[in-house]
Amino acid sequence: MARINLTVDGSQVSDDVEPRMLLVQYLREQLGKTGTVIGCDTSNCGACTVHLDGTSVKSCNVLAVQADGAEVTTIEGLAAEDGTLHPVQEAFRECHGLQCGFCTPGMIMQTVDLLKDNPDPSEEAIRLGLEGNLCRCTGYHNIVRAVQHAAGTTEGASA
Amino acid sequence: MIPAAFEYVAPTSVEEALAALAEHGDDAKIIAGGQSLLPVLRMRLNAPEWVIDLGRIDSLRGVRDGGDHLVIGAMTTHHDVGRDPLVHEHALLISKAITHLADAQVRHRGTFGGALAHADPAGDLGAPALALGSTFVVQGPGGTREIPGADFFVDLFETAISDDEILTEVRVPKHDGWGASYEKFVRIAHQWPIVAVAATVRLEGDTIAEARVGLTNMGSTPLRAHAVEEALAGRPATEDAVAGAAALVADGTNPPSDLNGDADYRRHIATVMTRRAVLAAAGRG
Repeated sequence: MARINLTVDGSQVSDDVEPRMLLVQYLREQLGKTGTVIGCDTSNCGACTVHLDGTSVKSCNVLAVQADGAEVTTIEGLAAEDGTLHPVQEAFRECHGLQCGFCTPGMIMQTVDLLKDNPDPSEEAIRLGLEGNLCRCTGYHNIVRAVQHAAGTTEGASA
Repeated sequence: MIPAAFEYVAPTSVEEALAALAEHGDDAKIIAGGQSLLPVLRMRLNAPEWVIDLGRIDSLRGVRDGGDHLVIGAMTTHHDVGRDPLVHEHALLISKAITHLADAQVRHRGTFGGALAHADPAGDLGAPALALGSTFVVQGPGGTREIPGADFFVDLFETAISDDEILTEVRVPKHDGWGASYEKFVRIAHQWPIVAVAATVRLEGDTIAEARVGLTNMGSTPLRAHAVEEALAGRPATEDAVAGAAALVADGTNPPSDLNGDADYRRHIATVMTRRAVLAAAGRG
């Protein structure tokens, strides 16, 4: 077992973990943060995307021990303490940027990273920026609209 | 799936990492960014007893100017290499290839040296690194050793790095003013390339003075297309001239046959991608 100390969604946590434990397992099974989901188990789908020290990563492809000392933000840490949604969460709701909703936590976390890097992305930049996130319902059009809505680059057509 | 159990050590210096490697030898795997290794461990295709993590060794990160070449630290992430202004100015081909490498999340974790040491013939960095004439610097118990690009890739997932050595940096000769393009042929988003071609050219007026061409997934290692490079030198940067040179690209290659296409199909695609890559690198794409 290895001792890890990190900050998750603003809270300090400290645990003994097996070195082989994946970050996504740690978040879900040890901390109960099941908002971060496991979609594919092959590091393709991006549903498990979280922020590690401020940049997006696939948490199924990081060991918990590698996150020792880091700051992790999950989908559960995006909204304000009073429940006010993050603008990207609000945009996904407003534009109905989902169908079944399973990919949504990862889509939102990756969108936050994308807009931090490029606050005014073209449609192509949005599609490229979300390349690592798969929507098995293939509901990509409304997802792109939601990102545009969040960026303020369009009125954002409601579904 | 989760990996089989292993012991883990995260040294903070290359010397400590080499000591761990010497101690655990055959039972150890080195993890850099882990974006290729962790899926392998999760699928239980490999089950090392020890995992040695280079992620805490700060000296292996960063890009610096080495005079006539750039020095790219092995643990520099794809994201950081891709955004580095020195790389953009002096080795544009690498910047171009990285925009096509995997996806944003993987580029945030995956490392330049890790991907090259992994030596996947379908990886996106081998061809540009070879085309630019890179030298690979490894450190072992006996000190530092330089491996020329032509000797680095040995076979499928096999390099000239010895079991007791660690890749520490890659030296990339400067190609100032060279145009560059990486043309990657895939069917779906963030797929490994079926075939990809890395091309960089130096123009004199409308003439291609020099060209360097590397091939991804056209054999068990990344390849350099010397015949195409020679055929392009001194030729006009026109579609006809470039297509004529590109027709030579498949000579001497041994591409795989799989569900994405057989070897002949890949040879054909390679000629098309080579023409496109060279023309784009010459600003005629």
